[in-house]
Amino acid sequence: MTITLDKIKKDEEVLIKRVQGEEDIKRRFLDLGFVPGEKTKCVLVSPFKDPKAYFINNNIIAIRDKDAKNIEVFYERD
Amino acid sequence: MKEIKVALIGTPNVGKSSLYNILTNNHVHTGNWAGKTVDFTRGECIKKKTKFIFYDLPGTYSIISKSKEEVVATDFIVQEDFDVAVVVTDATSLEKGITLVLQVQEMVKKVVLCVNLIDEAKKKGIDIDKELLSNNLGCPVVFTSAKNNMGLDSLLENIENVLEQNYLDINYGILNKYINIINDDIVGYSGNKKWLSLRVLENNKHYREMFRDKIKLDKNKEKQIREELLNVDIPLEIVIKMKREVKNKLKGVVKKNSNNNLNKERKIDKILTSKIWGIPIMLLMLFGLFYITIIGANYPSDILFSFFQSLEDNLIDGLNFLHIPTVIGDLLVNGVYKTLYWVISVMMPPMLIFFPLFSFLEDLGVLPRIAFNMDKAFSKCNACGKQALTMCMGIGCNAVGVTGARIIDSKRERIIAILTNVFMPCNGKFPTIIAIITMFMVGLNNIYGSLICALILTGFIFLGIVVTFGISYLLSKTILKGEASSFTLELPPYRVPKILETIVSSIKNRAIFVLVRAVKVAIPAGVIIWLVANVNIKGLSIMEYLVDFLNPVGLMLGLDGVIILALLLGFPANEIVVPVMLMCYLKTSTLIDFTNIEALKNILIVNGWTIKTAICFILLMLFHYPCSTTMLTIKKETGSLYYTLIAFILPLLVGVILCMVVNIIF
Repeated sequence: MTITLDKIKKDEEVLIKRVQGEEDIKRRFLDLGFVPGEKTKCVLVSPFKDPKAYFINNNIIAIRDKDAKNIEVFYERD
Repeated sequence: MKEIKVALIGTPNVGKSSLYNILTNNHVHTGNWAGKTVDFTRGECIKKKTKFIFYDLPGTYSIISKSKEEVVATDFIVQEDFDVAVVVTDATSLEKGITLVLQVQEMVKKVVLCVNLIDEAKKKGIDIDKELLSNNLGCPVVFTSAKNNMGLDSLLENIENVLEQNYLDINYGILNKYINIINDDIVGYSGNKKWLSLRVLENNKHYREMFRDKIKLDKNKEKQIREELLNVDIPLEIVIKMKREVKNKLKGVVKKNSNNNLNKERKIDKILTSKIWGIPIMLLMLFGLFYITIIGANYPSDILFSFFQSLEDNLIDGLNFLHIPTVIGDLLVNGVYKTLYWVISVMMPPMLIFFPLFSFLEDLGVLPRIAFNMDKAFSKCNACGKQALTMCMGIGCNAVGVTGARIIDSKRERIIAILTNVFMPCNGKFPTIIAIITMFMVGLNNIYGSLICALILTGFIFLGIVVTFGISYLLSKTILKGEASSFTLELPPYRVPKILETIVSSIKNRAIFVLVRAVKVAIPAGVIIWLVANVNIKGLSIMEYLVDFLNPVGLMLGLDGVIILALLLGFPANEIVVPVMLMCYLKTSTLIDFTNIEALKNILIVNGWTIKTAICFILLMLFHYPCSTTMLTIKKETGSLYYTLIAFILPLLVGVILCMVVNIIF
């Protein structure tokens, strides 16, 4: 089952399936390591629920839900 | 002397600027967040008959992207006006840096890899096989820890002796065929043709334009290529192949022993960003910062003031001895000298305490967490979460906050951050506001005085934050209309700074800088103040004419003409507002004593000050036009007279409205 990154549960590891969206944001995500096949997980949620921070490429990156919607992921067990 | 030009390249926040500072003895302020260096700087270092010229480029994740700092870095590399490229990476997170190394190796023939923060990696149980890494990459690898001055000699040695390498030749799979086709149509390009072909393939407008005369690919041929590649996402293909290459190069290089530290950091993060405690902890830190500054600065200020005052008589004697005319002597002593030492004694102690504390929080990595916590509010205002970082910098100095807005990619959001930065009161306003709070809101003999004072000050800052959000929202709905652009922010690992170094460097780079500026302003301001107070026309001084003229405006705002005049004369630097005000009240034609705060309060009360005057004064002090330095910075950063004008009027309007409201209610 494919869901978008903003919907995943905290501390659960997922695999990246696809990165969509406008050229600029897509490019930025690719640079940050959001590349299909890579693992990521949500490690922090800010006090107002949005943005959330994700562990990717040995880095912690905060992303707003609105932008995280561009990243399609799936759970490994699926 | 042999000269070697070195480009320093690295991902954000790997300690590249620290390395640069130590190598070149320069003073770029470093901070623990991504994007601190937004332009490149140049510095030199001489070692055994060789002169190294370093260019510190802004941190970039990649050198094919489009954000401002990335273009600065890539353009520099493309121009090829250097001999050796040093790529600085973070030993604790090698993978993210290696991508950049490979990208540089596609463009540059002399590359040295500098693995920085090696001590931190050791602490985290990370082992890196240097030989293997060097073999895999085909370039020299040096381990350094800039913080501890480790490995720097070896780095310089390697820079001096590095041999020319071949351009990195990555297998781009399906794209290879097309790269070769385009290669044949690139004529007269001195760099790696393959690199430029890749840029053509991904249709990078910036570089296609830059090398227009070198790319001879004809339109029909390109159209055919695009058709054949219709179903291939070219940028993604490039990134994936690059990623595969990174994995190959890193195979067996990094060994991790444990993850304890990472878990500890997550725990701290969980508290700092928790739903209940996140926001209160931030305010508490702000409060603590003020509290320590207030109690710490009291005594030194008094001592400095008495000291400078005691020199006054000697100075007058000295001037008399030199037969300087009395008028000039009076101007020098009562005008210039008094203004000068007022500014120094009132400003210096809080700054010497505030800036090191602030730098400590900054180096620790707290600021990005604040931005993370507050981002939701900025997103509601269609602004960028990184604006929180510029606000924090604004508390130190608005001009610095305005420059710092460069970390915001979207121009619209950057201008919002610039226009609203002044709502965060800078360091120069604190002593004045603190004095008024102490006199009118806390009471002079209250044992918890400093505590309550810091609390009230935090309250006023909170008001500043609220106003920032309100105005950001308004701007994004009116003259800077638009949706929030994408926002990504790196939350860097915490790094405990070296206390002594933080103190020394923050005093050297920031406190002294701000102080020197204030002093430069205080000297001419002292002359003007003296002239305005002492030049008489028909029996009245110019000052009295001005005060009478401004009085109606003052009364409307719950203030008086004197306060307005003081704020006007304070345009070059907020530090001189109070001395001017007191001078006007006393009509002594010179600045008066500061040491006795009770006497100060009496002067104000005699001149009609009430709690309402105090509130209105603080409001107007917080919200009026930025100081002249900040205005110049805004002009420079926005490049627009229109926005500079708005930056002037907007806060003034807010202050005037708030004062009028208070005036009507009371």
